[in-house]
Amino acid sequence: MTAVTTQAPDTRRAGRTVYAAAVVLLCAWVLVPLYFLFINTLSSPDTVNSFPKPFVPEFDTGSLAFFAGFAGMLSALKNSILVAGMTMVMSILIGAPAGYALSRFDFRGKEVFRLLILLTRAFPLPLLALPLAVMFIRTGLDDTVFGLALVHTTLAVPFAVLITFSLFSGIPMELEEAAWTLGCTRLTAFTKVVLPLILPGITASAIFAFVISWNEVFAAAVLTIENRTLTAFLLQNLDTSPLHLKFAGGFILVVPALIFIFAVRKYLFAMWGIANR
Amino acid sequence: MAVIEIKNVAKRFGNYQALSDINLTIEDQEFMVLLGASGCGKSTLLRIIAGLETASEGEVWIGGKRIDHLPPKDRGIAMVFQNYAVFPHLTVFENIGFGLRMQKLPNDEVTRRVTRVAELMHIDALLKRYSGELSGGQRQRVAVARALAMEPDVILMDEPLSNLDALLRMEMRAELKGVLAESNTTAIYVTHDQVEAMSMADRISVMHQGKIVQAASPIEVYRNPAAEFVAGFIGNPPMNFLTATPAGTGQWQVAGLALDGPQSGAETLNFAIRPEDLRLSEMGMQAKVKIVEPLGAHLLVTCEVDGTLFRAVLDSDLAVKRGDTLTLTPQPDRIRWFDPVSTRAVA
Ligand SMILES: Nc1ncnc2c1ncn2[C@@H]1O[C@H](COP(=O)(O)OP(=O)(O)O)[C@@H](O)[C@H]1O
Ligand SMILES: [Mg+2]
Repeated sequence: MTAVTTQAPDTRRAGRTVYAAAVVLLCAWVLVPLYFLFINTLSSPDTVNSFPKPFVPEFDTGSLAFFAGFAGMLSALKNSILVAGMTMVMSILIGAPAGYALSRFDFRGKEVFRLLILLTRAFPLPLLALPLAVMFIRTGLDDTVFGLALVHTTLAVPFAVLITFSLFSGIPMELEEAAWTLGCTRLTAFTKVVLPLILPGITASAIFAFVISWNEVFAAAVLTIENRTLTAFLLQNLDTSPLHLKFAGGFILVVPALIFIFAVRKYLFAMWGIANR
Repeated sequence: MAVIEIKNVAKRFGNYQALSDINLTIEDQEFMVLLGASGCGKSTLLRIIAGLETASEGEVWIGGKRIDHLPPKDRGIAMVFQNYAVFPHLTVFENIGFGLRMQKLPNDEVTRRVTRVAELMHIDALLKRYSGELSGGQRQRVAVARALAMEPDVILMDEPLSNLDALLRMEMRAELKGVLAESNTTAIYVTHDQVEAMSMADRISVMHQGKIVQAASPIEVYRNPAAEFVAGFIGNPPMNFLTATPAGTGQWQVAGLALDGPQSGAETLNFAIRPEDLRLSEMGMQAKVKIVEPLGAHLLVTCEVDGTLFRAVLDSDLAVKRGDTLTLTPQPDRIRWFDPVSTRAVA
């Protein structure tokens, strides 16, 4: 009896220790590389290439300035923004109506459709890259910002559908019906009642699509030559470029993605049905 | 003028027959209550009238115009929903004025009408708030005000009070009845609460398994239920039933008591009497007392007569205890008879 009562808190304390250790480890796993990225980006090129490395940033913009001045870098950055922007718009325009239909209508094959949406992510891009490249060359879409945005849209649409589906499902049907009885058509009920309510969520979903495109490297590297995006450009110059350029490039890639994902985390949880806190 | 006529309406969901043979005329400015247990098709019927659901068969007419092919906005109706459906992104003012803005009324007209109904519903102090800052009762007031502001021919309400607590419900019940009587609109009100139905309705339509069993005034439904279902559904405690066997023409034998009844050739009839229509007497049915519940004003006694559960509402001064045997006589003019096969009332 006494053995049990003294043992129980012990195991619980041990459990808590393991839990805390796991949390620390996971955080370190993510944060330590980010921290080094941060230090090295904000240090002068000399410091970055020397050893030992400092543990506090110098707040020197030398590396970033070098990055900005590197030939082709700014146009790659511009391409990245263009492609991601197009991806964002197209995936919402395609994804949101699908999400609305899934949440509001019952139709034959609805479950299969939902599965198919997820299945689009089951084919690895490397498998599709060659046929895609061939097709793009035939249609003249190769090495264009729009062509790449199309590919990124196919990557982002499943998420756009799932996020907007959960957003629309969170808006009671009664609200729309009330609007209909108050003089709205289906369309005006949507624009006057549903849209204002889901606008923050739609924004989040758009930002997520932006990040997917921003981070994508494989299709970008295969399908573009002149009009490289930032990821593809950095990949191409990986072995030839100096260390401080890599750090600065990595930083420029990671930071917007991190900020955006942090801003929309609530909606990403909603997508998987996890209650957010 | 808004008479509502529902003609031969039926509704199927796949193979499930949710409504059948609905024929109902609701007079101008009448307060009609659709009453029935959950799942009997009340909401479905209301939504067909509103245009939120399409009937599989039949026609709906409002004010002499067939409207079942029109979208909800062109039917001259306004609706109050069970979960209020107050738009969360708009203030109370904009909620109430929503329909008026859709009609593109001028600003001062919108303000005038919103202010008027807000005062009527006692929410004029809340006009700047959002629905998240309102209690359930206040939200329901907003929903009603929003419907009234439309000045519709017909107002449809689907269990509007069922999410409120008991005290508030009683208060709102009386208020709503008053407001609607003032507004001269025809009203259809859905509820599963018979007290609500009895207290508010001009006429009650009792629904059961997708059919209207009886449509009559509250007192008629209570006193002369058209079918056994109505007799058992209306009244708390409900009517008592016993099997009656023939004892000569117009004479029926019920639990050892010979009673005058209908002249029917049936082999058996079901005798029915309300618990409050029983009296203690020298001669009558032998009732063995099972449970005694003092309810203050009355004594609710549950007994066994002829092997059947039987309730009587008696004077609270009476000294009755479990195990006693009472002799009960039904008040003759309150006895009702039902055919056990068709379950309809027999006169
Ligand atoms: N959209 C629908 N699809 C399938 N069945 C439905 C649908 N709406 C209602 N029903 C069914 O029709 C019956 C009546 O529903 P309803 O009119 O909501 O009942 P009530 O309002 O009286 O509780 C219920 O059995 C319900 O399950
Ligand atoms: Mg209902």
